[in-house]
Amino acid sequence: MIAHEPGIDVVIDLSDAVAVLGSFPALAGATLSVNRGEIVLLRGPNGAGKTTLLRLCAGLIPLERGHGQVLGIDLKNDRELVRHRVGVIGHNNGLYGDLTVSENVRFWGRTVGATRAEVDAALRRMGLDGRLADLPVSRLSAGQKRRTALAGLVARRAELWLLDEPHAGLDATGRDELDQVLKMAAAAGATVMVASHELERAAQLATRQVEVVAGQVREIGAP
Amino acid sequence: MSNSVPGSAGVIATARLIAAKDLRVERRSRVLLNQVLPFALIVMVMFAFALDSDAVLERVAPGLVWLATLFSVLVMVSRSFAVETGDGALDQLRSAGVPATGIFIGKMLALMVQLMVLVALLVGAAVVLYRAHFSWAGGVLLVTTATAATCGLAAVGTLYGGLAAGAKGRETLLPLLLLPVVAPVLIGATRATESAFGTNGIAISEGWPWLGLLVVFAVLFSVAGAVAFGPLLDE
Repeated sequence: MIAHEPGIDVVIDLSDAVAVLGSFPALAGATLSVNRGEIVLLRGPNGAGKTTLLRLCAGLIPLERGHGQVLGIDLKNDRELVRHRVGVIGHNNGLYGDLTVSENVRFWGRTVGATRAEVDAALRRMGLDGRLADLPVSRLSAGQKRRTALAGLVARRAELWLLDEPHAGLDATGRDELDQVLKMAAAAGATVMVASHELERAAQLATRQVEVVAGQVREIGAP
Repeated sequence: MSNSVPGSAGVIATARLIAAKDLRVERRSRVLLNQVLPFALIVMVMFAFALDSDAVLERVAPGLVWLATLFSVLVMVSRSFAVETGDGALDQLRSAGVPATGIFIGKMLALMVQLMVLVALLVGAAVVLYRAHFSWAGGVLLVTTATAATCGLAAVGTLYGGLAAGAKGRETLLPLLLLPVVAPVLIGATRATESAFGTNGIAISEGWPWLGLLVVFAVLFSVAGAVAFGPLLDE
């Protein structure tokens, strides 16, 4: 199970949120509420603000105006505190190719002081125990690498998973595996927000869809 | 300066984690063993070919040891950050709220350990190839010089490696940034090593003030790096 603070069921709470990239308001008054255990699909054209929304929720860019809380933490004043409770995976996996799967997952787990038992549990949950655990990451398929990265999020006890185009570069098997993993994570208490262009596949996965257009968020509802 | 946040590992724990990881990556990839050390030895041999005089080589051996070290540092720093940026691990570390000071200290320590191995090999090569005179009396000065110089080089290398990590043309940018800054290390380490070797009859005692320069440099850049590394990465 993903550890989380009791009593906090609204994981993302944005109201009229404005985030600026350079001088360009990449998010222009976005309002969004996401509850624990949801898998939310972010859709929208390139440059609409999906990645900016993910980065704002991860505490990586400042909230310029409006109101924003993630996991009960105020994004305006304490966004640094959000970072260690949120897992972000973009186009890269953040893995070390020369290290084995288990060494990578242990490394990421130890950044938050995870025990060996927690790391082993993360590997088991992602189906990465046994022979795979001892393989160097450089020898894995793209899907296995993505699963290893997600195992790192489990080992880090990330409560909110923010994934930017997670299906990109994966073959059909890898995509199926990824979807299974994300559903398992949500069932275990994690909240997942996915930005994707693969609408059909992501819609099957998501419990809810929102559209980001010109820096604003529109609710679409359940797929 | 980035501080750790509740629930994440502290600076010291992060530094140990990063240093252990970097050394493990090196143990697996053997880039130092199979590429950097042979490169440094080839540089030493090329110097011998170019100068082609035992007397001159014996006189300039300390400078050549540290020049070869500087050239190798460029390769090692590039490799250290290529490991981090290849699959976006450095970005992940920052987005996971891992303290930047811990990342800096960890990478610096791992680099320092590898540099100590390199310098030991190069000193051995200078003794064999250039007939540099090694005495146990100068050994203490030599070891402390190597420790302070490698600490300074590792600190500057990590700081500028982090700066160049996200830049376009980082392979060519790094030498431009690094070499002018480490000139004091080259001068100080060469003079102190000359004293340790007794080159040109220089007394061992004359080397200690140069060691002082190296210590000041190492402390200055270690502190500056620990403070500036986080903002540099975020930029």
